[in-house]
Amino acid sequence: MKGNEAIAHAAIRYGADGYFGYPITPQSEILETLEELMPWETTGMVVLQAESEVAAINMVYGGASTGKAVFTSSSSPGVSLKQEGISYIAAGELPALIINVMRGGPGLGTIHPSQSDYFQATKGGGHGDYHLIVLAPASVQEMADFVGLGFDLAFKYRTPAMILADGIVGQMMEKVVLPPARPRRTDEEIARQCPWAVTGRAASRRHPNVETTLELDDERMEQNNLRFQRTYREIEANEVRFEEYYTDDAEYLMVAFGSIARICLKAIEDARERGMKIGLIRPITLWPFPKGQIEKLSRKVKGVLTVEINAGQMVEDVRLAVEGRVPVYHYGRMGGIVPNPQEVLDAFISHFPETARQ
Amino acid sequence: MTIEEIKQNGTVVACKPRLLNDNNMHYCPGCSHGVVHRILAEIIDEMHLDDNIIGVAPVGCAVFAYNYIDIDWIEAAHGRAPAVATAAHRLNPDRVVFTYQGDGDLAAIGTAEAIHAANRGENITIIFINNGIYGMTGGQMAPTTLEGMKTSTTPYGRRVDLNGYPLKISDLFAQLDGTCYVTRQSVHTPAAVRKAKKAIAQAFRNSIEKRGTSVIEIVSTCNSGWKMSAAQSNKWMEENMFPHYPMGDLKNTVK
Ligand SMILES: Cc1ncc(C[n+]2csc(CCOP(=O)(O)OP(=O)(O)O)c2C)c(N)n1
Repeated sequence: MKGNEAIAHAAIRYGADGYFGYPITPQSEILETLEELMPWETTGMVVLQAESEVAAINMVYGGASTGKAVFTSSSSPGVSLKQEGISYIAAGELPALIINVMRGGPGLGTIHPSQSDYFQATKGGGHGDYHLIVLAPASVQEMADFVGLGFDLAFKYRTPAMILADGIVGQMMEKVVLPPARPRRTDEEIARQCPWAVTGRAASRRHPNVETTLELDDERMEQNNLRFQRTYREIEANEVRFEEYYTDDAEYLMVAFGSIARICLKAIEDARERGMKIGLIRPITLWPFPKGQIEKLSRKVKGVLTVEINAGQMVEDVRLAVEGRVPVYHYGRMGGIVPNPQEVLDAFISHFPETARQ
Repeated sequence: MTIEEIKQNGTVVACKPRLLNDNNMHYCPGCSHGVVHRILAEIIDEMHLDDNIIGVAPVGCAVFAYNYIDIDWIEAAHGRAPAVATAAHRLNPDRVVFTYQGDGDLAAIGTAEAIHAANRGENITIIFINNGIYGMTGGQMAPTTLEGMKTSTTPYGRRVDLNGYPLKISDLFAQLDGTCYVTRQSVHTPAAVRKAKKAIAQAFRNSIEKRGTSVIEIVSTCNSGWKMSAAQSNKWMEENMFPHYPMGDLKNTVK
């Protein structure tokens, strides 16, 4: 099935309580598949087509405030509209899942694939000092798997998580093993897991629960911020995820996420047939970024090429990890164009011509 | 006489509602928000809803409503309370969910969310405080500001050629198939308070019975924003606001 469809199936099977979304290419199949599957008849999951992305993300804020597992999806222009709401969800320390199946921008841009929302997803996007946990799937299988992972991490750390997929992963069809179906949590389970949830004051509870992001006492607001930052440090310590290929004997390194990482792997395999020892790191969490591993590898390789379907965004994080030890270059295409393995290899050779002479 | 003795004699005619806590309200003396908070606290108690109700507070002067009424609250982003309430209610359908919004929150930045929630017939109650001005940010023009009315952003008075017309958004709500009850009330006299209280109770009953969206507009005073005394504000409201925003039901399908 398509990556977008896998997300819909996986969410129902995970026991998600609600989805709120607004159509936009190339991710409308998520809402369409959910409407077709009618989970409200089976698991009781709520599915609602909102009047806008702004409404949808605020529905997520409202649903998450009641302790429910809720999510939304969109593509780049729609995710821009959601940014105020995402900032509120982060500030409210609410678990929620947001999916961005990226298309090319800026502006209305193109409906074709892109990875140009890396900055927006990993550096904030909305206002204030906050981070999202950002997962970058490279296959339909990961589209399905990251729904559960994203929800689990969001609830573990009480912070929003994002699946940052590119249009290719959303649209391509692959075989997928769906996660086992499990029931939605009962109200009692939610009350135990989320004692903070705004569910209507239970008769036994003395103090009302209030979900607010406002704090006009500066000392307390700083304490809130310090608490958020402690959570982010904990996430950085525990949740970095990446995959490595051919790094054991690598003399050069490529760094790529999402679908383009698979194209890079093909390029590297072709290069290895020609005796060029290139390795690949595929960050799975874009935040927290696998800077430790990139730093480690930068001490043994001669150069690094990041390949992204954008003008060079993740390359900044790679450069911060490499700290000038070896040259770091970027190669990418824009406008919805996805480079093929030959183009990637040509770009690599143009930056590291010595490798072709071996 | 101690308070306990007074209570025992059965002579109490008025007291602070149980759900209104002791926090000092930040509202200006004479502001309608305080009165509406009080009647809300009374109704929620009288209808035994306090364990079962979720309030959604706005951005505006009522942003701190959760500090005063002891129920569960969600504080929404500016204008988004009806979207927040939509999800809170759909995911918790046995709860009573209401929003409490000013005219800027509901009728400017949040028009889309309010109209669409009402058009879907969400089983929620919208309590709409129409004071014709942006109170919290210091008295700027609201969509409901009357023609000729001076605010900090219409220092020479609202001009319809520049700023458009004062928006009768409740008339719009009344047109929607999703609403079951749309009424315009005020709280400036004891009689008006009693009527407004009955209207809010009716709205909560509609929500419990899942009859659709109820909208209670409360034409209100903002004496600091209007730069008048509390008494002058009441008079000015009767003379100027009421002709444009007439009192009474605009729609009631539940009678
Ligand atoms: C997105 C956003 N824009 C603007 C503001 C600033 N702001 C806070 S309250 C408010 C107007 C509130 O007026 P109203 O809704 O009429 O309520 P009142 O204060 O009069 O009760 C504005 C513009 C904000 N907090 N968020």
